[in-house]
Amino acid sequence: MDVLTLSRLQFAVTGMFHFIFVPLTLGISILVAYMETRYVLSGDETWLRMTKFWGKLFLINFALGVVTGITMEFQFGMNWAEYSRYVGDIFGAPLAIEATVAFFMESVFIGVWIFGWNKVSKRLHAISIWLVAIGTNVSALWILLANGWMQHPVGYVLRNGRAEMTDFLAVVTNPIGLIKFAHQLVSGYTVAAFFIMGISAYHLLKGNQPAFFKRSFRVGATFGVATAFLVLVTGDFHAVEVARNQPAKFAAMESVWETRQGLGMYLLLFPDAANQCNSVEALCVPKLVSILAYHDPESTIKGLKEYLPAERPPVLPVFLSFRAMAGLGTLFIGLSLLAFLMSRGDNIDRRRWFLRIMLYAIPLPYLANQFGWLVAEIGRQPWIVYGVMKTSDAVSKSIDMAQVVGSLVGFTLLYGFLGVVDIYLLAKYARKGPDEDVSAMIKPAGEV
Amino acid sequence: MEFQIIWFVLWGVLWSVYFMLDGFVMGSGMLHHILGKNDGERRVMINIIGPVWDGNEVWLITAGGATFAAFPTTYALMFSYLYTPLLLLLFALIVRGVSYEFRGKENGATWKKGWDLAIAVCNFLPALLFGVAFGNIFRGLPMDGAGYHGSLLYLLNPYGLLTGVLFVLLFVVHGALYATVKTTGELSARALGVANKVWPVLTVVAVAFLAYTYPATRLYDNFLQHPVFLVAPLLAVAALLGIRVLTAQQKPLAAFAASCITILMVVATGVIGLFPNLIPSNMGAEFSLTAFNSSSSLYTLKIMTVVAAIFVPIVIVYKIWVYRVFRAKLTIEDLVGNKHAY
Repeated sequence: MDVLTLSRLQFAVTGMFHFIFVPLTLGISILVAYMETRYVLSGDETWLRMTKFWGKLFLINFALGVVTGITMEFQFGMNWAEYSRYVGDIFGAPLAIEATVAFFMESVFIGVWIFGWNKVSKRLHAISIWLVAIGTNVSALWILLANGWMQHPVGYVLRNGRAEMTDFLAVVTNPIGLIKFAHQLVSGYTVAAFFIMGISAYHLLKGNQPAFFKRSFRVGATFGVATAFLVLVTGDFHAVEVARNQPAKFAAMESVWETRQGLGMYLLLFPDAANQCNSVEALCVPKLVSILAYHDPESTIKGLKEYLPAERPPVLPVFLSFRAMAGLGTLFIGLSLLAFLMSRGDNIDRRRWFLRIMLYAIPLPYLANQFGWLVAEIGRQPWIVYGVMKTSDAVSKSIDMAQVVGSLVGFTLLYGFLGVVDIYLLAKYARKGPDEDVSAMIKPAGEV
Repeated sequence: MEFQIIWFVLWGVLWSVYFMLDGFVMGSGMLHHILGKNDGERRVMINIIGPVWDGNEVWLITAGGATFAAFPTTYALMFSYLYTPLLLLLFALIVRGVSYEFRGKENGATWKKGWDLAIAVCNFLPALLFGVAFGNIFRGLPMDGAGYHGSLLYLLNPYGLLTGVLFVLLFVVHGALYATVKTTGELSARALGVANKVWPVLTVVAVAFLAYTYPATRLYDNFLQHPVFLVAPLLAVAALLGIRVLTAQQKPLAAFAASCITILMVVATGVIGLFPNLIPSNMGAEFSLTAFNSSSSLYTLKIMTVVAAIFVPIVIVYKIWVYRVFRAKLTIEDLVGNKHAY
């Protein structure tokens, strides 16, 4: 173990922990905003109760997402000083813009939304949650443009011993950044859809407030069927961009060693990195990898052997994460389609077997999100900025083992504790269900 | 050249505004037990900052982001050199944020006591750490071409500690005045009492800080060369004295405004004194990180200037609107049965 390895481990731990909370926030903020809008438009108090119940879960989740985000910004300087110095001219800009344009809006209006129920008009209150949702989603755009630049650096020149930005427009229209953004949004929305469906399923199984949870389930299912399908579409476009711009990552995702034209996909496959081949290759779907890579069955796929061993990403974790993500994504399409069809009638509460599946499916989209990021980040190795800077050159020179061991242990303990508390509270309030007594509820004030 | 100066000024403004806004959050948090004698009062103490603390903390994120974008070398070296204090700061800010959210989510006495303690400690620690860090920045860090030669212990020198105490006291008075303005009855009177009691101590520490700054730092050089800038420290002193005059006249809102000016001007004084350094080296001026030798390219600075010129005014407008929405005083009665409050 050295400072580099520990810093990478710390970034992985803090990043993955942060990312337990972010995807749900992306989607559930929009769904709560939708519910509140329906309430404002119709006056139907079930929508108000839905806003409050799902809003409470949203807030418990939101708190940890926000506070663990600061760690991500600070860590670039603390552990990756050489990186920050070398690419800060470009990489700092999207982070600063994210704070100014998006994070402020999100953080200020969340305050209005939580505390403003009887202070602002119905309409302004609903606008507040929309501003939070937009802020959260725009925030993701700038973060993914920053990450997209690490994956596929554009709009810069190497000058004065560092990478300097020459074309801001290229940075904000980076195809990798934009497709990552699209793919991440719909993946986050899928987490939210399954979260709402799963918790609704729990209550429907118990027979709690069936009208409330049937409607909630229907909202989740309708949203989910659209987003799960879009995850596939954006994922497909994403794969094409990866094949074009990060061919070594693509080869690792599919575990391709030899360069081949018109490459098929083995449904059963297991990489053997030591011998630079696959130990299992069976059930081939002809041409599929070539089609996925370039939408062309005769295209040529560059194998890993074209790259020096030191310039290949670790194949096994990238391959396995990719397969797991893609498999789960396919499963979500099937489940959400079933959920959508079943929730159209009024008897979803009698499909107990299906409700049980949906309850246990809550963690799956979370896992798929984590796997996706493992593919993105491990697949980029050994580069921190693809083709420009190696991860091993990026770590801070002034920090020592004791400091990083201390911080890694500290983060692990603190995050572990907070994670347990947060999940406990989420489960508690999810189980408790919505308040039934509408009359005692604080309602938005009249027009101000 | 001009753009580097613009961003140096913005850098200073972001820090000043951050301390002005998060200062009263830290202050009221440090006084959580002293002013909040029972659960009801503690809930009031949390809920007076409830709608705004998150938005206030974003000024810190923005100050960090702006340092990264405009002065990447300073960002890289400052954050890696001050690794351990920043880590403690992060832990404190993380726990502070969740404390507000979690405290009211369970009814057990131990649960609440635990988060109450977390609120007090995790508001005190950042105040102290920021003070110690800025004291050491004013003083200069031990860095040269070979890197950084300091440690956590090195930062705990008398001047750094004095600045830490100064920040803590500034924020305590600031938070007490905020609580005076935002609460009613006995709680408000108690808060005013605390502000008045701490004020003389703050004044003594502030005078000591101003005096000790002369031998410990080179901050006064800029003021001696350009006396017009003396307006910042003079305003800081005038506003500090004004706080006590205004509380004696039973004008807590005006006293809070004076406290805002005090904090803005104390930070401004430090930043003006630093110019053109962001982080001076005390091992030779050639190793200092300045607005000129650590900045981004002109192109990036121009882009960021456009972004800031458009969005910072928008942020300020909606922040002012939010403070207006929540301008009313808060009472325990407001919180009874309110499931949305903390």
